[in-house]
Amino acid sequence: MEVRRPTIEDWDNPGDLVTINIGPSHPAMHGTLRVIAQTDGETIVSAEPEIGYLHRGVEKLGEHLTYHQFIPITDRLNYCSAIANNVSYEMAVEKLMGIKVPEKAQVIRMIMMELARIADHIVCIGILGVDLGAFTPFFYLFIQREEIYEIFEWYNGARLTNTFGRIGGVEADLPEDFEERWRKLLPNLKKAIDETDKLLTHNRIWMDRTIGVTAFSPEDALSWGFTGPCLRACGVKRDLRKDEPYCFYDQVDFEIPVGKHGDVFDRYIVRMIEMEESIKIIDQAIKIYKEFPPDAPLMAKVPKIIKPPVGEVYSAIEAPNGELGFWIKSDGSDKPYRIKIRPPCYMVYQAFPELVQGEMIADLIACLSSLNIIAGELDR
Amino acid sequence: MGLKEDVQNTLGELALDFLECQGDLSVTVPKDKIVEVLTKLRDNLGFNFLSDVFGVDNSVFYEKLAKAKAKKKKGEEDKEEEPQGPPPPRFEVVYLLLSLETNKRLAVKIQVPEDDLVVDSVTCLWKAADWPERETFDMFGIRFKGHHNLKRLLMWDEFPAHPLRKDYPLEGQGEERILEYND
Repeated sequence: MEVRRPTIEDWDNPGDLVTINIGPSHPAMHGTLRVIAQTDGETIVSAEPEIGYLHRGVEKLGEHLTYHQFIPITDRLNYCSAIANNVSYEMAVEKLMGIKVPEKAQVIRMIMMELARIADHIVCIGILGVDLGAFTPFFYLFIQREEIYEIFEWYNGARLTNTFGRIGGVEADLPEDFEERWRKLLPNLKKAIDETDKLLTHNRIWMDRTIGVTAFSPEDALSWGFTGPCLRACGVKRDLRKDEPYCFYDQVDFEIPVGKHGDVFDRYIVRMIEMEESIKIIDQAIKIYKEFPPDAPLMAKVPKIIKPPVGEVYSAIEAPNGELGFWIKSDGSDKPYRIKIRPPCYMVYQAFPELVQGEMIADLIACLSSLNIIAGELDR
Repeated sequence: MGLKEDVQNTLGELALDFLECQGDLSVTVPKDKIVEVLTKLRDNLGFNFLSDVFGVDNSVFYEKLAKAKAKKKKGEEDKEEEPQGPPPPRFEVVYLLLSLETNKRLAVKIQVPEDDLVVDSVTCLWKAADWPERETFDMFGIRFKGHHNLKRLLMWDEFPAHPLRKDYPLEGQGEERILEYND
């Protein structure tokens, strides 16, 4: 049965509605998001998100930096999984120049990207719990996230903004004891995911707060340009790792979790299962990695000054939030002529008014956390 | 049959120009036919997903091309000078399409001259065009006819310029210093 949600036209006198401004400086609005909501009691009649509070002009900046200098800037897009941004940008430049990356470098990228995906999902689920009043899983998960960051730090010295990889490959091999560290981390990580699952999934309060909240149909989701876990939660089986395989994703075995109703609960479950699938991918990738000799090349032959030929390409990967793409136009000089970033949560967040209409104010917070809006890539 | 032939057959005369780069295909179409073209591509070729919409300021790009041409000409002076046509339109709006069935991607481009910065909005086809069109307006000053809420997205409403245009300086023009706060 279709549930009719109240719209602003239902009121003869819209002055009866109360306008509530939430954010941008509000603990539940992740720092820089602002929503202006018209409410009838606690029900949201209309909500208008306002963005741009973290706008740094990344695209303009990119036009004035060389191709290599732009890699650290991409860290600051989705800072929860910087490695996925780096690799996405590097792959776009490599496509523009027609460089083929050595296979060993591709496997290293794949392992690191999946670690970043787990870290990103941990942030999303942990914060979702905190925003709904479940504080304990946050700590269980964040201890393991810390361990993942230890691995990143072990690899190249940086924790959050990794500046991982170079155009044409990666800068260094994995540390010798990488597998040992991973084996040490693995049981704890699995246990943390398991404990979170036990604490939340069948919890009465959690179910009441999430099931059916801000449900979305697959048709609407596709029309709004959803990608990633938010789209899969709506029941569309789409994942660039399977649909347009890159690196070694076509050689590893993993499942794509799909939800049914597109509500907060489905988004949470999809992310939980994806973490387990990522663990499976890393295990298989390490097996592939060990087949390469230690002195296998890590960098393709790349000129010192990168001057791609005139042209324009678009290259996208499945970042933790969805399709992260870079459109680069080159005019033959050593700086990109135009860089357009296609951030996944930009598309998701523009559907926010439709998602929260008719819901309670407390559900607005739940919805926002479950979409995993990262202001860094939203505003660029 | 390749994607290029498919697009050519579907669009006919509407496909003005093709560009292929590293396997990426883009097609240029007339500016005032964009809704018709995208509807055709969506219904006949299955490009049912709009990835992104954005603008490009090509002024500096054309200048560079002209310079490179002039340099070449100097080398072979005997050649007669070609008649110079009107300068190509300054802006470009690019629509990135994706087919969910075949996983093929296509970029559709329209050229927007500086004296006629109005383009039909495609929000009637995909809701996803909502914010990208607002951002294109914000950054380049291209207006979208039929958009329900065309106002600035990232910059503040009173911002006087369009920052991604090539003639806007990287360090800005000091707009934040003259910002007036309304009560």
